[in-house]
Amino acid sequence: MSTEHHLVVDRIKCDGRGLCAELLPELIRLDDWGYPILRPGPVPEHLLPLVQRAVEDCPVLAIALRRSERRE
Amino acid sequence: MRLLESPDQIAPLPPVGPGLIDAIQRSGLAGRGGAGFPTAVKWRAVAQRSRGDAVIVVNGAEGEPQSKKDRVLMGARPHLVLDGAFIAARVLRARRIVLYIGERHTAARDSMLRALAQRTEPERGLVSVAAAPPRYVAGAEAAAVHLINDGVATPTNVPPYPFERGVDGAPTLVQNVETLAHVAVLARTGAIPGTMLLTLAGGVSRAGVVEVETGTTVADAVARAGGPSDLPRGVLVGGYFGRWMKVEDALPLRLTPEAGIGCGVIGILPTSRCPVCETAAIMRYLAGESSAQCGPCFFGLRALADACTRIASQGSNAADLARLQRWSAEVRGRGACKHPDGAVIFLSSALTVFAGDFEHHQSHDVRRTA
Repeated sequence: MSTEHHLVVDRIKCDGRGLCAELLPELIRLDDWGYPILRPGPVPEHLLPLVQRAVEDCPVLAIALRRSERRE
Repeated sequence: MRLLESPDQIAPLPPVGPGLIDAIQRSGLAGRGGAGFPTAVKWRAVAQRSRGDAVIVVNGAEGEPQSKKDRVLMGARPHLVLDGAFIAARVLRARRIVLYIGERHTAARDSMLRALAQRTEPERGLVSVAAAPPRYVAGAEAAAVHLINDGVATPTNVPPYPFERGVDGAPTLVQNVETLAHVAVLARTGAIPGTMLLTLAGGVSRAGVVEVETGTTVADAVARAGGPSDLPRGVLVGGYFGRWMKVEDALPLRLTPEAGIGCGVIGILPTSRCPVCETAAIMRYLAGESSAQCGPCFFGLRALADACTRIASQGSNAADLARLQRWSAEVRGRGACKHPDGAVIFLSSALTVFAGDFEHHQSHDVRRTA
């Protein structure tokens, strides 16, 4: 078993402020209307501290980091 | 026993228990509201969680503009639909049933209420009625639960799914009226009717609802509606959440739960109508039906409808064609509900089936078509 982290966006809460894409361009880009498009797949280990910051800094608290166990 | 062509009678309900869920599973019954989800899976999920507190939502919202079959069924066989609801309530140990009926479907609602008034007092005591607003997304499960709980028929984030936490926070079965009627026939006769209700729309001689055997081809279903009224140009299978098909691909298609026919609307586009303008009008409608909660759906569908309208009214252009492709891919999967997904799947089918029309479209007026 190993632990995986996935970014999730609450699409109803998300207001398209765009801060997340500035803090985390490695994983998030914005569509033509300013709403986040996530890179698919689990969050790479080395980006976790940055992701944590993006989660905390979202002005409407629309992003979360979900931890899941993965069987190998 | 068929759905529409059998008399609607009150008779004592057959004895039912958890074994009915196994029978539903063996029958292969799938939901007839549009999503085609296996009925037994849904029932089992509620049964596992119910502590005698489950809720049954009888879904007669029928928000799909071209669909008429749920209204026709509620008008013709209200007792059969109620039987399905009471049977579900027994099997799933429910304490409440909500009839969720489109507020404009007044004849259907009156028919259901007349039938309800003829049922026993303990049965009537279980049932309340809620009006579904005439919006496309109002029929979605989470929207139905939201309306009954809070008076707002907008979708909510899932999970929690209705079977986990639905009406009053209790495990809730939201089931289309036709699906419930199939279950009622199964409980009474030991077999599902083996038929499905379809709405034939657009370029057919007698538009309306027909009941056909499962496995009937689209060609035979169209023949039941008097045949095409004009040379067909394309077929929209499954309504606005469905997909366009070429006539030669659609006619031999067998109508089964696995065929992806959604809520059973078969729309025939006659050669006299322009597929680009038709698609633009439907995209405009779907954009307007966004509940405006999620940015990618609210802004994305509007931008897609605008691009379609520009191609329809000003003529084809490479920039808008590229935008349609890119935005369709980007919007998908980025809403709390499936509304944006359904809209872009519909649009993608138009871009494939009518690729030539979209590439070579000359400017002409877009006329809104219903």
